[in-house]
Amino acid sequence: MFYRETGQFKTNYSDDRAIFPIAQDRYGIMILLAIAFFVIPFTVDDYWGNAIFLPLLIYALIAMGLNVLVGYCGQISLGTAAFMAVGSYASFKLMTSFPGLDFSIVVLMSGLITAVVGSLFGLPSLRIKGFYLAVATLAAQFFIIWLVNKVEWFYNYSATGQINAPERTALMFPVTGPNAPILYKYFFCLIIVVLAALVTKNIVRGRIGRQWMAIRDMDIAAELIGVRPLTTKLSAFAVSSFLIGMGGALYFGVWLGAAEPTEAFGIDQSFLILFMIIVGGLGTILGSFLGAAFLWLFPIAFKNFMVDGLGLSTAMSEHLQIILMGGLIIFFLIVEPHGLARLWQITKEKLRIWPFPH
Amino acid sequence: MTFQANVSDAMSDATSNAATGPASAKEPEMMLAVEHVSLSFGGVKAITDISFDIHKGEIRAIIGPNGAGKTSMLNVINGFYHPQEGTIYWQGKVRRRMKPHEAAKSGIARTFQNVALFKGMSTLDNVMTGRGLKMKSNFFWQCIHKGPALCEENEHRAKVEEIIDFLEIQHIRNKPVGKLPYGLQKRVELARALAMEPDLLLLDEPMAGMNLEEKEDMSRFIIETNQRYGTTIALIEHDMGVVMDLSDRVVVLDYGKKIGDGPPAEVQANQEVIDAYLGVSH
Ligand SMILES: Nc1ncnc2c1ncn2[C@@H]1O[C@H](COP(=O)(O)OP(=O)(O)OP(=O)(O)O)[C@@H](O)[C@H]1O
Ligand SMILES: [Mg+2]
Repeated sequence: MFYRETGQFKTNYSDDRAIFPIAQDRYGIMILLAIAFFVIPFTVDDYWGNAIFLPLLIYALIAMGLNVLVGYCGQISLGTAAFMAVGSYASFKLMTSFPGLDFSIVVLMSGLITAVVGSLFGLPSLRIKGFYLAVATLAAQFFIIWLVNKVEWFYNYSATGQINAPERTALMFPVTGPNAPILYKYFFCLIIVVLAALVTKNIVRGRIGRQWMAIRDMDIAAELIGVRPLTTKLSAFAVSSFLIGMGGALYFGVWLGAAEPTEAFGIDQSFLILFMIIVGGLGTILGSFLGAAFLWLFPIAFKNFMVDGLGLSTAMSEHLQIILMGGLIIFFLIVEPHGLARLWQITKEKLRIWPFPH
Repeated sequence: MTFQANVSDAMSDATSNAATGPASAKEPEMMLAVEHVSLSFGGVKAITDISFDIHKGEIRAIIGPNGAGKTSMLNVINGFYHPQEGTIYWQGKVRRRMKPHEAAKSGIARTFQNVALFKGMSTLDNVMTGRGLKMKSNFFWQCIHKGPALCEENEHRAKVEEIIDFLEIQHIRNKPVGKLPYGLQKRVELARALAMEPDLLLLDEPMAGMNLEEKEDMSRFIIETNQRYGTTIALIEHDMGVVMDLSDRVVVLDYGKKIGDGPPAEVQANQEVIDAYLGVSH
């Protein structure tokens, strides 16, 4: 009844191309952003910040990066965690080599470095597809983690092999290190994620995004209408890795503060992020956020409910949760491959014609 | 095969066509020529020593029984297959070995025998993708989707809307193409090819699997494209009535060899062509 596009006329193509063409959607997103910018910061405490909001934002950013590659350009990758590691180690080396460097610059440069590395590992995609490409990216995953473990320069020859984030500021506000206030950390991540989402949305709704999708949907036809496979695929790898690399810098620098390669960047991280975009919705920006939220929040809520609510043991609850997660992923793969984002869209379409569906 | 059935009425059309058609109006200008082209896949000879040309502004039909090598010929023309032998002339010059996207850039567009649309995208986005080669705004402007990028987007949108109106697919503009009926999908594919504003348009059985009404619509669109935009068209089609109505000249292939070439009426009277269609053994 209240969700209608009736009476909202578009008089030019720019309006029709808006990110949220329907007014109600625009209000909805504005309210969300208002809450994110003006309510959460002033109520957030260390627990909520570190356990919920920071990982949510950072995973959403990384999921968005993977979604560019898998969801938009159709190039499967299992090396996400390795590219997060590239971003993390790049930020670590930048922070320790140039102590005066503003952390926002560090994040951007980490993204750029990861984009270069990602494009290199994207080269095989010009020859191989699907399952074979997945295996090639899996090789990237093992190689990169092995490399940062092996070459001591990457972790500044520390005895533990760990990397620790020193205290750095962004525009004078401390955002990394153990003493940075959660408020600044949250704001810093929020601003980067919102900007990244905006830019990514802009790219996917323009020429480059259409060419990615063309390669995804029918690469031969795409080539015959003038899409260059080389530049198109590599640009997807570059943009995807850029986002994942920035995410990696935030993941290590802002959220974890310390990282040990096999633990923080293991293959299970790669799969977690892949599940996020499958559950959230392949080929949608919104889906990256929904998927990250779902896969991060669901286990926490489930555990709280099982252990605190029903009094089950932690181990028991964990096992149940793994079973349930597995089931859900299979459900989404089979029943709704377009994920939560599609379910949300269907709901909106129903609302649009409610209460008279015919 | 509707070959025999349509002979008489198609014949009269064809003669009138030949008399007034652009081909006979003045000395024809060459768009594309293939000379002594042979293509084989391992042991299978798909095309054997074929030569023919396409004049600027004409509708050139390529006909022949199943497996004759028609689709392979189009694939050679747009750079998807590389013939082992032979030369291709494009706009008067010898064309070097080319990748498909380079052929596209040089002005060749194409539709497919089996619809090859971008299934996950809307009609509008499919057609907009066809404008890709003409869009120039750089990565930076694409990122902020303002200034030159937005201007360009709107400019090309206007052109795309013109094509959408022309092909009468306004009502499916925002529908995902995967769910459209087959006839409409073929139309969207034509729209996508037209969006490239090609010099040469290759149509691989654009009317296959269509009912009479859809065929009439499609024929109308093809003729109008040819007349309105001056697009040169190479058309593969099995329906003889359609071929006779639309084309200025016809080339006939059989088992990878050329067995006939000329105005529709002439080709139709050719005994070898009739045999090929009736399946006379060689
Ligand atoms: N990629 C390929 N690999 C191997 N053989 C091929 C390939 N493409 C075509 N051929 C063979 O070349 C011959 C010609 O095929 P082509 O598709 O060009 O025929 P066609 O005239 O388009 O037939 P139809 O009317 O059925 O579409 C066939 O024998 C086919 O099997
Ligand atoms: Mg064919």
